[in-house]
Amino acid sequence: MNKIIIKNVSYIDLKNKTHGETDILIENGDIINVARHIPTPAERSAEQTTVIDGNGLVAAPSFVDVHVHLREPGREDKETICTGSRAAARGGFGTIFAMPNTDPIADNPQIIRYVKDKAEHEALVHIAPVAAITRGSEGKNLTDMYELLENGAIAFSDDGNPVMDSGIMRSALKYAKMFGATIIVHAEDKNIARGGHVNEGAVSDRLGIRGIPASAEEVMIARDIILAGETGAKIHFAHISTAGSVELIRRAKKSGVDVSCEVAPHHIALTESCIVGDDAVFKVNPPLRTQADVDALKSGLADGTIDMIATDHAPHTIGEKDQVLEVAPFGMIGLETSFAVCHSELVLGNVLTLEQLIYKMAIAPRLRFDLPAADIKKGSCAEIVLVDPSKKIVVDMSTFESKGRNCPFDKWELHGRIEHLICRGKHVVDQGVIKVGKG
Amino acid sequence: MIKNLISINDLNDEDLRAIFSSANSFREIATRSVKKIPTLRARTVVNLFLEPSTRTRSSFEMAAKRLGADVINMAEKGSSLEKGESFKDTAKTLDALKADIIILRHSHVGAAMKLASYVEASVINAGDGSHEHPTQALIDIFTANEFYAELAGYKAGEGQIVDTEGPGSPGSPIWLDHLAGRRVVMVGDVKHSRVAHSNILAFKRVGAKVTLCGPSSLLPDKPDEMGVDHTTDLDQAIKDADILYVLRLQKERQIENLIPSVREYVRMYKVDEEKLSRNKKDNLLIMHPGPVNRDIEISGEVLDSHLRGHFAASDQSGVAQQDSGRKKNLILEQVENGIIIRMAVLYLLSGAQEQD
Repeated sequence: MNKIIIKNVSYIDLKNKTHGETDILIENGDIINVARHIPTPAERSAEQTTVIDGNGLVAAPSFVDVHVHLREPGREDKETICTGSRAAARGGFGTIFAMPNTDPIADNPQIIRYVKDKAEHEALVHIAPVAAITRGSEGKNLTDMYELLENGAIAFSDDGNPVMDSGIMRSALKYAKMFGATIIVHAEDKNIARGGHVNEGAVSDRLGIRGIPASAEEVMIARDIILAGETGAKIHFAHISTAGSVELIRRAKKSGVDVSCEVAPHHIALTESCIVGDDAVFKVNPPLRTQADVDALKSGLADGTIDMIATDHAPHTIGEKDQVLEVAPFGMIGLETSFAVCHSELVLGNVLTLEQLIYKMAIAPRLRFDLPAADIKKGSCAEIVLVDPSKKIVVDMSTFESKGRNCPFDKWELHGRIEHLICRGKHVVDQGVIKVGKG
Repeated sequence: MIKNLISINDLNDEDLRAIFSSANSFREIATRSVKKIPTLRARTVVNLFLEPSTRTRSSFEMAAKRLGADVINMAEKGSSLEKGESFKDTAKTLDALKADIIILRHSHVGAAMKLASYVEASVINAGDGSHEHPTQALIDIFTANEFYAELAGYKAGEGQIVDTEGPGSPGSPIWLDHLAGRRVVMVGDVKHSRVAHSNILAFKRVGAKVTLCGPSSLLPDKPDEMGVDHTTDLDQAIKDADILYVLRLQKERQIENLIPSVREYVRMYKVDEEKLSRNKKDNLLIMHPGPVNRDIEISGEVLDSHLRGHFAASDQSGVAQQDSGRKKNLILEQVENGIIIRMAVLYLLSGAQEQD
């Protein structure tokens, strides 16, 4: 019997309402009581109850990150399912989606099952594998979506690559619609982007480096909104980064297209002016944009156009990122800093309330992708994160669980700390640190 | 004390004056029969040229040898880089060999800055992708500045090292105000030109006004944020240019469909006598960083005309015929000044100056 009691915690429910000092009793993976002053269970034989002091903390359904690169199979030097899950846990995530651009690409049931099985044995949190839209993510032939879903795929994406052929994309949407499956779109017109490395604008001018115009993203968002509208399929735009993209999605939602989107913490906290010249930590796709884009993304979060936060956690080896901009791979890690960055930028920045941020990190992803609900109420599965919103932290990459060190927020002073994570009813993160041993 | 020269922005005004002043004194050395001074004796200068170059590398090699340094030339071909040695490891090896100054040319933006982060040695950027080529810009503003200084009555290469402790006297050759207010028109593929990027910074630093001219696909995206004017109309831009700085057209741009064809570019932007005749200024300086694509961005006629000094065409008795016209072709002078400016840069970075 595995018992946990959280004492004296505030919690946010599915209706985004905050409740004051409450106790939560968890037994064998389920919440069996949520009330004030629950007595600590009497100890029987060798049973131990873990007592968590919730004073000053806020409990919420654990976060869900729908965009994570776990790199396994193929690039276990960058990250593994195990280390990625540890990073996720430390970041307060109880569920993460594993993107399919592994090596080999997860475009067949065998890889999906491999990821699921490995996760079952090694991951500290739930891992939902995303399967590729096209074979090899080459954009030419559809994958066996039915079989992939049967084997546990949660959604489809060619992330890392766009589906350049509009006809193929239309077929994919039409086919996915049969199953009510969502296609996660990496919106990038490669012919406009043309091998660019940073945003096209003042910084690409100053560095003399090829830039990626905003239109590279917006053109594909416009295209795929139309295709989704025409086919009736569910579409979700990954990592949007420009003001134009926000506006396109805003209008699409108004006109009834079944569209959702996510934004990454780095796109709301950083701009292209971070890029000085030789630090490839700031190289990411889509690239860091302008202040005007950041402002529009924040407005999009506030008015509901942007549904959720997703980190696009993309670990690389230190050697790979210690290369010049034109050679280094794109990507930043983000699992272990997401809450702190978003809380500091958005909540303390008066863009969202804490409840609204929690909604975007924990509830919206579950609703959009039909994941089991995780409400803090009697009878629910215990998938809970406890945060300390006011705790000041200084980001220290050297303590990260992730293998990646490509973190743009290193040494930043932020407010907001993940104190505890309960996943499957097990106490996985204790006072900010992975708890050794189960339960 | 400046350690690395990666960008023009690394140099303050005092550094610029020191470089110009040293260059002037080094010019005198070139007229001696023994063209060496022992300033960099026992120092090791490494030319790490990972992108093809003859003139820049030879220029740096000459400069270092004139100062008495030991020079090692390394290129990608025939080096361990061909065996797959990483850039970082090559850098660490040079450090272990106790190189004092490394001059790097590389095809990637930021390579010189990256190298500087790996090594103890001083690093001079001889061109990193399309980012910058600071020594070329120094040569160019030095050459242009000298023309106007001479016009104002000062002679180049008097052989005196002017005191750089104080401000020097306004109007003297090393004082930089001869270019203030002049209009520089840069024609060509500015977007992909490291020489253009460094020159924009350098000319603006000495108070000149810069106009970029070329097809819009070959100009920067946000020229206003660079503090320059821009136009796609060369006929218009050339009217009030004091300095016409012509850039080489790289054929890759047609392959990339940034321009439809070389022919189209030549029709619109080739600098020839007809274009030059539209200029209304007292003097028009014609400059080009080299190498030149004769009859593409600049006509053969212009290249072979308007030369001055010992470059001017000689008559049968060997006397140089000075072109008294308003147009002045400074292209060969730029090449000539390459060695003395690079000597001056090596001198500045070596800290030898402080010991004198």
